[in-house]
Amino acid sequence: MTPLLEIKNLNVAFNTERGQIRPVRDVSMSIFPGQTLAVVGESGCGKSVTALSILRLIPQPPGKILGGQILFEGRDLVALREEEMQRVRGKEIAMIFQEPMTSLNPVYTIGDQIVEAVKLHQGVTSREAYQIAEQSLNDVGISDPHRRIHEYPHQMSGGMRQRVMIAMALSCRPKLLIADEPTTALDVTIQAQILELLRKLQRETGMAIMLITHDLGVVAENADAVAVMYASRVVETATVETLFDQPQHPYTEGLFRSVPKLNENAARLTTIPGSVPNPAKFPSGCKFHPRCARTRKLAASAPADQTTELKSGGEIIRVLTRCVNEEPELREIQPRQWAACHQIASYNSAKVTPPVVDHKREVTTEHSTEAMQLEAAKGQTA
Amino acid sequence: MSAFEPVTKSPPATETIIDVRDLRTYFPIRKGIFSHTVGYVKAVDGVTFSVDRGKTLGLVGESGCGKTTVGRTILRLIPATSGEVLYRGKSFFGYHGEELRKLRRHMQIIFQDPMSSLNPRMTIGNIIGEPMQVHGIAKGRERDERVAQLLQRVGLDPSYALRYPHEFSGGQRQRIGIARALSLSPDFIVCDEPVSALDVSIQSQILNLLQDLQQEFQISYLFIAHNLAVVEHFSDEVAVMYLGRIVEKAASRELYSNPKHPYTMALLSAVPEPDPRPKHKRIVLQGEVPSPSNPPSGCPFHPRCPLTREAAKQASDTDTVVLAPKGSMATNGHPLPVLGNEKPDRVLRKCVEQMPPLEQKQGEPGHIAACWVTK
Repeated sequence: MTPLLEIKNLNVAFNTERGQIRPVRDVSMSIFPGQTLAVVGESGCGKSVTALSILRLIPQPPGKILGGQILFEGRDLVALREEEMQRVRGKEIAMIFQEPMTSLNPVYTIGDQIVEAVKLHQGVTSREAYQIAEQSLNDVGISDPHRRIHEYPHQMSGGMRQRVMIAMALSCRPKLLIADEPTTALDVTIQAQILELLRKLQRETGMAIMLITHDLGVVAENADAVAVMYASRVVETATVETLFDQPQHPYTEGLFRSVPKLNENAARLTTIPGSVPNPAKFPSGCKFHPRCARTRKLAASAPADQTTELKSGGEIIRVLTRCVNEEPELREIQPRQWAACHQIASYNSAKVTPPVVDHKREVTTEHSTEAMQLEAAKGQTA
Repeated sequence: MSAFEPVTKSPPATETIIDVRDLRTYFPIRKGIFSHTVGYVKAVDGVTFSVDRGKTLGLVGESGCGKTTVGRTILRLIPATSGEVLYRGKSFFGYHGEELRKLRRHMQIIFQDPMSSLNPRMTIGNIIGEPMQVHGIAKGRERDERVAQLLQRVGLDPSYALRYPHEFSGGQRQRIGIARALSLSPDFIVCDEPVSALDVSIQSQILNLLQDLQQEFQISYLFIAHNLAVVEHFSDEVAVMYLGRIVEKAASRELYSNPKHPYTMALLSAVPEPDPRPKHKRIVLQGEVPSPSNPPSGCPFHPRCPLTREAAKQASDTDTVVLAPKGSMATNGHPLPVLGNEKPDRVLRKCVEQMPPLEQKQGEPGHIAACWVTK
C-alpha cells in the first residue's frame, strides 16, 4: 500500500530577533489511508509546527520551510502554488484545533461557517450547501440540526463546539484530518464522546487521522502508529503495540514511567529530571542527553575517557561523550520500529531507512453504549 | 530550618485541620436594568468533609461542578452563602479584620496557571518574601535567607531570587508558586489543578515535590483536579463532585476499586488507559453536565445515568417514568430540564422525584455515596 501522506526530511525555521530557531528538524513520517498516526510530544517539541507545515499554514515570514518534501498522494505540497494549495486545504486535508471557541467566528452562525466551506470547495448552491451542513451536523451527533444550524458558537458548550468543528472539517469529506489536541480542553466524559465519534467517522469514511496529543492514554486508545517527538525531531516511531510494549528511546521510556496510572500503587512517581529544552538554545549532540537516565547509568560503568562531566539543572552529572557530541539519527531498530539513540544495543548495526509504519491496531476500541450499561449494571444494582 | 517548623510543636496524631460543614455558595443571576435577582447558580450546594493533619483529600469532577469554588470559599476568597468552615476547631467564618489576617497565614493556595498567578513586575525574591514581611515573620537579611532556603527546598537555585517570572518555564513557575505558599509555614494548602497546565514529564516532578513537602512539614492538602489517575496517586481520600454536591466519598483505593456512584464509574472508565489493549470496557455517558442554574429534579445525575435505565427494565410501570425526549419544551415554552435521549427513555421514578441521601454503602466504613440504585 502507498502512504496517503509522506513527510520526508522536513526542516522548518523561524527567524526571530535572537536568531534562527529550528522547530522542525529532519522530520519524516507517513500516514496510510484509514490509519491514525499519533504524534506525541511536549510543548515546543515541534508537533504542531509539523502539522501546520502540511497545510502550509505557518506564517512566512518569519517561518520558512528550509527543505524536505510533503508528499500527499504523490504531489509535493511544499512545491504547490498558493492557489493550488487552497484547493487542498479544507477539501482534501482538514484540520481541527484544541480550542474550538477561538477557531469559530463568534459573529456568524455555525451554519454560515460550514456553508462557506462547502460552497467554496464543492461548487453547490446555497440550498444544497445547507443540506450538506445539516447532514454533517447530524453525522457528528448534534440532535435537532435543523434548529441548531442557526445558533451562534457562544450558545454551545465546549463539547458541542468541538463537534461543530469536526462537522465543518468533515463536510468536504477530506482524505486526511489533522486533529491538534482535539480533546485537551474538554472534560474526560466529553473527551470519550469526541474520540469515539472520530473513530466512528473514520470507520465510515476511511479517512486518515493525524492525531496530535500529549496524552498517552489517548494515544494508546486511538492510534495505529505513533511518532514521538522531542526537541524538533522524531526520536521514535513504531506501531502502537510495539511502542507501549518495548519502547526503545529513553525519552519514550521515561514518559511512560512518569505518568500515574489508575489502580497502580506506586509510592513515588519516576521522573524525567530537568525541563523541556527551549528551541532557541538546544543542547549539543543528542538533545535529550542532559535529562537522560540511560546515558547516566551507562557512564557510571564506562571508562573515564568515554565520559563527560556536565552541569544540568544545578547538579553535576556524568554522561557518555558520544551522546554529548553526536546527534543520533532515526534508524530502523527492528521491523516497524525506528528510534534515535546511540545506546540501543542494535543501534550501530541498524540502518537509516524512511520510517513507514503500515499498520492497523489489533484491538479496536469499540464501545457500544448499551453493552457498557450492562457491564456497569452488572453486580452494581440492587 | 526554623522557618518551616509546624505551628504546634507536638500535634496530636489525627488532628482535624479543616472541617467543612454543609457549605453553600450561590451566585445570584441578575436581570433587567435594576438587576434584580431572578435565580441562583448553586455552585456549591451542601458540601461536608474534613481533612486531617498531613492528609490529602482529592476533589474531582468535571468543569463547572463547583470544585474550584469549594476551595476558594474555604479560604474566603469567595463569600459563602451558608455553612461553616472550622480551622482546628475554630470557626474560620467568624473572624474579621486583623484576626482574620492572622489566621490566613495558616491556609494557602497554589493555582493552576503559574503564569497568571505571579506578579510579572515583582522579583521572585519579593514574590516569596512579601508574605513573610506582611505577616511580620521575617524582614531584611533574615527574609532573604529564608527566601533562599525556600527556593532551594523547591529545587530552584537561590540566585533566582533576583529574577522575574517571565524568565522561568512553567514547571519552574509552579515551583515558585509552591515556595510562596510555603513561606508562611501553612497547615493547609488548597492545590487547585496544580499540574494540569504543565508538561507530562514536569507533572511528576511537581507531584513528588508536593508529596515530599507534605511529609516533611505535615501539611494538609485539598487537592482539586480533573485527572483521576493523578488524584488517585496523590490523595488519601477522594470526593467526587457533580453539580455542586459531593456524590461519593471514600478512601482513595476503595473509591477506585469499588465505585458506588454511576457517575464515578463513568468518570473512571472515561480515563483513557495508557495501554493499547485495554482490560475493561468503557461507559460512554450520554449528554453533558446540565447547567447548575437549572439542575434536574431528584437525583441530578438521572438524565445521564446508565444504572437507573438498567434498573428500570426490571421495575414495574408504577415505579418508573419515561423521560421527555431531548429538546422538548414544557408548557411555558422553556426547555425541560430533563435531557433524555431520542429513544423512549425509562428511568426509576424515585431517581426523578427524590434526591438520594449521601449514605454509607457496602464496602469500607466511610464509603459514602448518593444513589438510589447501588447498595
